[in-house]
Amino acid sequence: MSLKFTEDQIKRYSRQILLPEVGGKGQRKLLSSRVLVIGAGGLGSSAIAYLAAAGIGTMGIIDSDTVEISNLQRQIIHGGSLGAPKARSAKHFIRTLNSDVDVVALEERLTGENAREIIRGYDFVVDGSDNFPTHYLINDACVLEKKAFSHGSILRYEGYATTVVPEQGPCYRCLFKKAPPPGLVPSCQEAGVFGVLPGIIGSIQAAEALKFLLGIGKTLAGRLLCFNALDMSFYEAVAEKNKECVVCGDKPVIREILQKNCADEDAVSEVPERCNYGRGT
Amino acid sequence: MAEELDLRGEVCPYTFVKTKLKLEEMATGEDLTIHLDDPEAVANVSTSLKNEGHDLKELKSISPGVWMILVRKGKDL
Repeated sequence: MSLKFTEDQIKRYSRQILLPEVGGKGQRKLLSSRVLVIGAGGLGSSAIAYLAAAGIGTMGIIDSDTVEISNLQRQIIHGGSLGAPKARSAKHFIRTLNSDVDVVALEERLTGENAREIIRGYDFVVDGSDNFPTHYLINDACVLEKKAFSHGSILRYEGYATTVVPEQGPCYRCLFKKAPPPGLVPSCQEAGVFGVLPGIIGSIQAAEALKFLLGIGKTLAGRLLCFNALDMSFYEAVAEKNKECVVCGDKPVIREILQKNCADEDAVSEVPERCNYGRGT
Repeated sequence: MAEELDLRGEVCPYTFVKTKLKLEEMATGEDLTIHLDDPEAVANVSTSLKNEGHDLKELKSISPGVWMILVRKGKDL
């Protein structure tokens, strides 16, 4: 990989190339990396913006929604795109920010049928989805495909993030065995959300993606980072691998993606003590 | 093998960004001669080279307003 940078690239990425841990070598790595962002909402907005700015070579954006005016309080990449599919709007945003990035806009839902095949084509996945079935679906598909991903969730003023590196650390199911029953955790729509919160958590997810791709620093693998914007405090919980985890344990039960595995709502998830923060967006 | 880099007309931080990119293509122990004409860059590049573990062998003015830095590449990070 001795691709020559153009003068524009040298200028665009100068502040990043100057970082001793990155350099030209790291920048080339980013330019040849592929990241999939699932959900172009609040978390996705900041994750997409920073990843595109950093020069990720190929970004996949999957979202089946269209931009509504109530999104714009926090979904900052969709200005001027009311009514447009969010994936398409995100692609337009990226094009105006950084033309080095190839964007694959998927105006569809991530499902049990397409998840593994879509995820397979990327080096890292950012979970910016807003519901439990999709969180579990992404987890299972990534574990089965051995793809690292960043998980983020927000509600009101609280959010959390963790990074899953299959075969190395715990997965989302190790942390949260099962989704809470419908209605227990209110959605963003019912509960409200502090607009900058997804900006902060989504930025953390982008940072995790970049560090993972560059192979630098320490990711949130094995740690659950909790954040409260009202107190402006961070708290970290240790996340341990569950040997009996149904998807990444010693004797995994889930060996393929089945819709029912992702929508198991018959028990409340186990939330680490002192870290009962927002779940779902 | 001795390499050369003409950075006349370049200013910070691109002077060091380009120096860094050039050094990345070289092997430890190889020498690089850099020409600069921005006084601020002369100071900054020298400091940055030392900070990143390279061996600054020589720094001198070679003509009015033009400086030459000779550096030996240190170990890769």
